[in-house]
Amino acid sequence: MTETFADLIACEDVLMFVNAATTSTGQREFRHDEGEQRLSLGFLHAYMLENYRALYAAALALDINDHNAALIVRNLLRGAAAVDVETRRAEGRLIARRLVLLPPQRVYRLFRDLRRAGVNNRRTRAIMRDWLAARPDLAFDAVKYRAGVKRTVRHAHLGLDRETGTFLFAPRARKAYDRPIFESWRRAHHDQRAVYELPFTVAEGFAAKHGIPRAVFLERIEPRLTRLERLRLQEHARKAKVASVEADLGAMPLTRLATYVLSLPLDERSERRAELTGSLRTAARRTAGARAGTWGRVAAVLDDSFSTTGSAQKRRRPLAVALAGHHLLEALAAEYAPLWTSGRVDALMLYPFGPTPLGERILDALDTAPDRLVIISDGWDNAPPGLAAEVLRVWRTRLDPARRVAVTHLNPVYDADDFDVRRLAPTVPTAGVRDAENIPALVELARFAEGRSGLAELRAHLDDQVARFLAAPAPEAADAPALSAEAADAGSGPGASASAGAGG
Amino acid sequence: MNWLERSGLRTRPAQSWGSVRLVPLVRDEPIPGLRLDRRVYGDEPSVVAVGDGTGYVSYIPHAFVAVWSDGEGPAASYGTRLLDKDDRGMAPPSMPIRVRRRMARRVAKDRLRFLPLHMAIEGYLALHFRGPEIAWAEWSRRALAHGLSPRCEETYSGARVRGLEDALRIFEAHPDQCGVLVYVADALASAFVVPHPDDYRALHATLVEDLFGEIVYQYALLTLGTLDLGVPLEDASVRSLGDLRAAAARARTEWAGFHDEHMAGGLVQDGESHETVQHLRGFELSRSLPPFALHRENHIRESITGEDGRVAYLKSFRLSEAQIRRGHLLTRLAAHEWHLAATAGALGIGEGALGLRLERAGFGHLLRQDVLDHYRAEARREPVT
Repeated sequence: MTETFADLIACEDVLMFVNAATTSTGQREFRHDEGEQRLSLGFLHAYMLENYRALYAAALALDINDHNAALIVRNLLRGAAAVDVETRRAEGRLIARRLVLLPPQRVYRLFRDLRRAGVNNRRTRAIMRDWLAARPDLAFDAVKYRAGVKRTVRHAHLGLDRETGTFLFAPRARKAYDRPIFESWRRAHHDQRAVYELPFTVAEGFAAKHGIPRAVFLERIEPRLTRLERLRLQEHARKAKVASVEADLGAMPLTRLATYVLSLPLDERSERRAELTGSLRTAARRTAGARAGTWGRVAAVLDDSFSTTGSAQKRRRPLAVALAGHHLLEALAAEYAPLWTSGRVDALMLYPFGPTPLGERILDALDTAPDRLVIISDGWDNAPPGLAAEVLRVWRTRLDPARRVAVTHLNPVYDADDFDVRRLAPTVPTAGVRDAENIPALVELARFAEGRSGLAELRAHLDDQVARFLAAPAPEAADAPALSAEAADAGSGPGASASAGAGG
Repeated sequence: MNWLERSGLRTRPAQSWGSVRLVPLVRDEPIPGLRLDRRVYGDEPSVVAVGDGTGYVSYIPHAFVAVWSDGEGPAASYGTRLLDKDDRGMAPPSMPIRVRRRMARRVAKDRLRFLPLHMAIEGYLALHFRGPEIAWAEWSRRALAHGLSPRCEETYSGARVRGLEDALRIFEAHPDQCGVLVYVADALASAFVVPHPDDYRALHATLVEDLFGEIVYQYALLTLGTLDLGVPLEDASVRSLGDLRAAAARARTEWAGFHDEHMAGGLVQDGESHETVQHLRGFELSRSLPPFALHRENHIRESITGEDGRVAYLKSFRLSEAQIRRGHLLTRLAAHEWHLAATAGALGIGEGALGLRLERAGFGHLLRQDVLDHYRAEARREPVT
């Protein structure tokens, strides 16, 4: 054992940071507001950058959320002069790889922030150049993210072909464009038909300008919608009596589908029970893949207490993660026993309600003699407070010292006061969870972490992840098939429409 | 048997945030025949005519309406429907100032309107309001003619109590919850009980508009956070899951016992005075004043109790130290028929010292100016301890 005290601290710091970077989006949560979240997260980033720069950069290879990935890139590019060439090169590879994975509107926003921060070193310019060069269709970007592309080109002193340059900087200078999308954009100013040849977010602005009725607009723009725009607009279109906007629910990612289901009124959920449950199960089976049915007896304690309301910005997010996790675990398990904290049994009719008696539910779950126990909760055990921790402690020390049952706690909420996700008990590994799709990976990882892995192991694991991340072939191959430029723009963040709106 | 048990209320584990601890109270079954709901009055000040020409001016954010119903069935929508119909006739929104005739008043034949907490506070303010009954020489002309008028007390709105708003927002209500006890820095600040869980859910947020004494406001500024009151489970005897469950259940009852006896014990005291304001179909609206024991918890309360003694509605206000002192002085004076020397004798101090104490408590105007000056001069000659 050559573990030193400093190593242990480093290890904990890194795990803490990864948990934070997985869960926190700098948005308001149930218990903490936006300011507290950002302050807390900002501190963590500064702390990591200063103390563990290499590990901080390596976090880009992990499954952290887009908000934190952008923050890391920004911080790394800001303080580039501090490190040697070799490190810079390694960081550059990680950054370039991560930028390809980020939704474009996030990258354009990141470039905007770099510009605001006055970061314009050679490396930053090169990264911007390479990223822009790798875009599948720059003309499409120039229309959809007009302001973003313009800012980036100007900031990084990039050369453009003549037509794109004119389009961005002097759009009225030409009477006609050769590229069809530029030409459509030009004509859309006076010709209503051309509006429908543009991406949805840009067309929306023109529709308002021409005063096109919403129902007509939705009907005709329908073929241009991306997958997530379709999901977002579905209910809206139904209200406007447009039947053609219909998302293919079975093909949606699991957690997003769960969010959609929870956004529906209870009456509608019970009317469409077969369809909704069916698509949730399909999505879960698809996510489980080859691991389906291999987990043995699984018991899950799932939080549907009032605190899973989330906030106005992350509405019912914790509940959505729990619901998605419920279906995924059902697919993974051979025998499955779900236990919602409220005691309800119908997973489709859930809404945030009541206190969080985690301790009692854990007892109920252990009663079913499971091989694995998964707890998905924000960790605010309050009926009574601390009972879950006590139950788990006594269970581990008195009833299951051999660790026959693997207990994992997954927490979708970042606790700004603790700089980490809230833990239940010291004996139970807790991991931050963003999308339920990552649950299998997190549970495996947690199992490995339960034996108190050291810094060396953690470094090895991170190196392994980085190598795999850099070597991975085509991006978003599994999740979002990037067939056309349009599909690639299926932004996965709440900023999708905002940033595009600026472009139109 | 304490009042919680008598009313069929059971204590559930507390939820805390910052220095605020909220203890939920649940009922197995709601009180039949009585419902409360909320009526929002605008921001304008209201004038309530108490009866005998005395004016009561106060800012009143909302009022509760108690509804009596004959059937035992769930009356949630019943009450709501009636209110809508009634609201239109009752509260024209454009009226800048509303004159409400009494604190508690029958709105219709099966409903009674009263302003939350104001009834209790009125009881406190009107304490020996008429002043000296016998015209002893020391009392000023004004005290003899007008009594204690004008009498005022200052309170803080719940929104000013630091952390209370957040604690209420993130509080996770129990399904059958009918009440809550609010602790600030682990001192009981307020108790709130309603007859039906639906009423509670509707009224939970109104707690932030309630009144709190200065002591509560100051306690809330101590941002020490609350202690974790979770007791470790007895693990030596645990052999099976059943044992573990039993230990957890034991911890739960222990907490409830501890809370009811030690934390909520000060709410109801011996030697309180009760006053029944109104009777309605087996229910009784009343207010109570504490014995004004110095350096102890003193709560003033308003409540609705059924014939069987079950508390259907309760709201309490914790008096601050200065308010307790004022109440203490007034009750002692009244007990001795406002005779200064007799009261001073009973308190074990000199007459002059009592006079100065009255002045410090804000009752200086009750004494004749020359009498007060005399006491002051006396005190200057030989400092009173």
